[in-house]
Amino acid sequence: MAKILWLIPILPLVAAAVTSLLRREQRRAAAGLAIGSMLLSFALSCASFASVLHEGKAAFNFDWLQFGDSSLKLGWVLDPLSASMVTMVTLVGLLIFIYSIGYMAHDENFTRFFCFLSLFAAAMLGLVIANSLLLLFICWELVGLASYLLIGFWYHKPSASAAAKKAFIVTRIGDVGFFIGLLWLYSQSGTLLFYDGGNGALETGGLSKLATTTTLAGMTVATAISLLIFCGAVGKSGQVPLHVWLPDAMEGPTPVSALIHAATMVAAGVFLVARVYPLLDLDPSGLLGRSTALIVVTWVGSITAIFAALIAVGQNDIKRILAYSTVSQLGFMMAGVGMGGPAVGMFHLMTHAFFKALLFLGAGSLIHGCHEEQDIARMGGLRKFMPITFATYAVGMMALSGVPLLFSGFWSKDEILHSASNWEPSRGPFMLLALGALLTAFYMTRQVCYVFFGKYRGEGTYFQPEGSVATHGVTPREPHESPPVMTWPLIVLAVGSVLIGFLGTPLWPWFQSFIEGHEVRLVHGLSLHVLAVMGLSTALVAIGITTGWWLYGRQPIESAQQPDALDLWNPAFFGAIRRRFLVDEFYDGTVVRLVSFLSRAADWLDRFVWGGLVSLIAWLVLGLSWIDRLIDEFIINLGFNKGSESFRESARYLSRFQNGRVQRYLRVLGLALTMLAFFFLWGCRT
Amino acid sequence: MHWSFYIVAGLTIGSAIAAMSLRNIVHCALLLTVTFAGLALLYLQLNAQFVALAQMLIYIGAVAILIVFAILLTRSSETTGDSPLSLAGVVSGVLIALAAFVTLARAVASSALIRQASPAPVPASVRQIGQELMKNYVLPLEIVALLLTAALIGAAVIALQERRRSE
Amino acid sequence: MSSPLAQYLIVSAALFSIGLAGALIRRNAVLVLIGIELMLNAANLNFIAFWRYGKNPQALAGIMFVIFSIAVAAAEAAVGLALIIAIYRHYKTTQVDKIDRMRG
Repeated sequence: MAKILWLIPILPLVAAAVTSLLRREQRRAAAGLAIGSMLLSFALSCASFASVLHEGKAAFNFDWLQFGDSSLKLGWVLDPLSASMVTMVTLVGLLIFIYSIGYMAHDENFTRFFCFLSLFAAAMLGLVIANSLLLLFICWELVGLASYLLIGFWYHKPSASAAAKKAFIVTRIGDVGFFIGLLWLYSQSGTLLFYDGGNGALETGGLSKLATTTTLAGMTVATAISLLIFCGAVGKSGQVPLHVWLPDAMEGPTPVSALIHAATMVAAGVFLVARVYPLLDLDPSGLLGRSTALIVVTWVGSITAIFAALIAVGQNDIKRILAYSTVSQLGFMMAGVGMGGPAVGMFHLMTHAFFKALLFLGAGSLIHGCHEEQDIARMGGLRKFMPITFATYAVGMMALSGVPLLFSGFWSKDEILHSASNWEPSRGPFMLLALGALLTAFYMTRQVCYVFFGKYRGEGTYFQPEGSVATHGVTPREPHESPPVMTWPLIVLAVGSVLIGFLGTPLWPWFQSFIEGHEVRLVHGLSLHVLAVMGLSTALVAIGITTGWWLYGRQPIESAQQPDALDLWNPAFFGAIRRRFLVDEFYDGTVVRLVSFLSRAADWLDRFVWGGLVSLIAWLVLGLSWIDRLIDEFIINLGFNKGSESFRESARYLSRFQNGRVQRYLRVLGLALTMLAFFFLWGCRT
Repeated sequence: MHWSFYIVAGLTIGSAIAAMSLRNIVHCALLLTVTFAGLALLYLQLNAQFVALAQMLIYIGAVAILIVFAILLTRSSETTGDSPLSLAGVVSGVLIALAAFVTLARAVASSALIRQASPAPVPASVRQIGQELMKNYVLPLEIVALLLTAALIGAAVIALQERRRSE
Repeated sequence: MSSPLAQYLIVSAALFSIGLAGALIRRNAVLVLIGIELMLNAANLNFIAFWRYGKNPQALAGIMFVIFSIAVAAAEAAVGLALIIAIYRHYKTTQVDKIDRMRG
């Protein structure tokens, strides 16, 4: 099975290639290719999942580039981590592709959209199955490219193209660290393969040296490389301080937000950390026996979780709330990996993929139904108009908040809180994450109250995306339910959000065991500690939802201009979080300013120094050619001309001798004859 | 040398000089005739009687008359017939002629031939001349005849054509 | 210098020079022709003198030459004078100075 694993990313890639050649009108072909390839990949993923269950881990490597004796190898690995990821990506991707048929039906660039979607799917799947850090990095960059193309899909809109650039550049900053770490790893361990029969970078053969050698600031090489690789994850998964691109990425179409910026691409950072976990966990010289790298990961994740959750409370754009929520949940995941190991983080990643995709698709349905309105202040009472959307959205919201027992978010978040409560170095993350969970419930309740309850406060169409054709000509004002092609994926995802949670309950931790590779057994009886944490998280959720209902749900919001309840309570605080703690403005004033100054300096240098040099040389050449012309014209030509002139003059002078008069000729003859005779008679005598 | 030689030589040279320097062309032509006559006398002294006769017949009897005719036919209003030449021209011409004379005289003076003894005069009768013409010199004779014919025709043509064209 | 041959030769040289001087100095075409005739006659005198005082007078070479010379001179004078008359008719002048159509 491992040998044909490469088909899983290749099928969408082929679909993307073929779609790129299609014409704009061949929509059905484009959609058919994309969905067909995803379907096949999903089938192959299920087969590979089954294979891992039966046979265990397998890897397939091959030589890629040969230099002299050594060679760069690439390969793919089939292990629980990659099997579960690949199944999740193909399933969620398939559902979102189907949804997009309905959502992008009015857009005239339908074909291009599906081409980019397939490209993204191919790159993401390639990233997941990669056995080589190099191949992973290649697919990492491809995923970033697909994200750029899709965020800036409506490129005529300046904010969209700016957001695409911002996403690419910010993730690039992280990728620089990633690449340096990659190179360092290669130089230290001689291989970039993860699993290579004992010699791979994540196996004992490769890791042995890294733990002992130390580098600057007393860090071991392992820690340094891990932190560098973590930089890439910080960029891609939107951890603080590189989180600024994710909210702006909401400029792209909603299916893009769902697929890339909720379920899959942003999860790639967490996946990377989970993948190279053996490297991160190598050095036990950190605080209290934990590795330094993992401590850093935990704190970054925790800070991100609380930071983003605070900002999400103050946002009014429906997609931005969800975007900050994603950032916050990614922080949860990172902290989970840092404290509890890859299984904990990956479980939350899996559940989050389902319910966040569901929430985004639901938001898309709301936006579509309210005629492209995105401000929650201008929505309201949509419970009546869009019942299916309301039901599925409610399921998603409860899963995200962590409503106990039925919804998957509860189980996965609980795992994280549980490992946080057991973390020896510090209780800080536990506090932060608990507060984050509370805030999550709070802002989701706020959002649901604003959108679904109360009176409809909308006024009609606001933003018309480029190339979309208005179809609602009959009743332009009332919101309507979305077509079945959009609601059925919502329903499937809602079911998934509920069911998947049961794979990882403390009673039967199937998923965690699967990831960590040991036997699954039913746990008989739960410890008191586990129950205490579960109780605490339930209480947090209850407090959050109640507070939200108290502030926003009790009295229905009357008009769009009505100020937010929190705003009334503490305007300064609310203003700060609404303006996203001014992080963007800070970056603009420092980094962006510096970079633009440098670029202006470089432009000046280019224009005046190098350009001047080039101009100088050009002038020099001109001068030389001018001198050459002078020489040619005045010295050579003139000399020649004058020479000919003088020649002609002398000839004219000589020709005056021939004046046509016979007597002159006779005289000359006589003289010549006389002289000749003289010469012959007496001249030769010696 | 006999005193007659000097007289005849002097006459010849004198008339030659005069022929070349007089203003009136007709006088020049007539003095030329005198020169020819003097030459004939010199031939007689040199025991070339036939040549002297031929000289008198042809040169004086034909060529001189021809020259006179030509002078008369080409006379314009100016009777002097000669525009004066610049002094430089005269001097240079005289100098060239003088140079030629000096060269010739010097050649004569320095040659060995003149120191040899003069042989006795040989008779050159008309009979001998005729025999020579018919025997050894028959080809030149015929050619000269041809030449004379051509000259006759040519002169006639040249003189005749002009007259026709001018009419 | 007192040999008769030398004296005759001197006379001939003098005649030749006089003829040359006249041909060079005089402007009238007929007078130029007269000078040329003088030169020819001087040459004839030279021949006869050499015949009389030179080697092998029996061959009569000198006399022969002179006879032919006289014949040719006559022909030449005829043609030359005809030319002078023709030129006079065309250019209305016999001054050799005026006839310079062949100038270079």
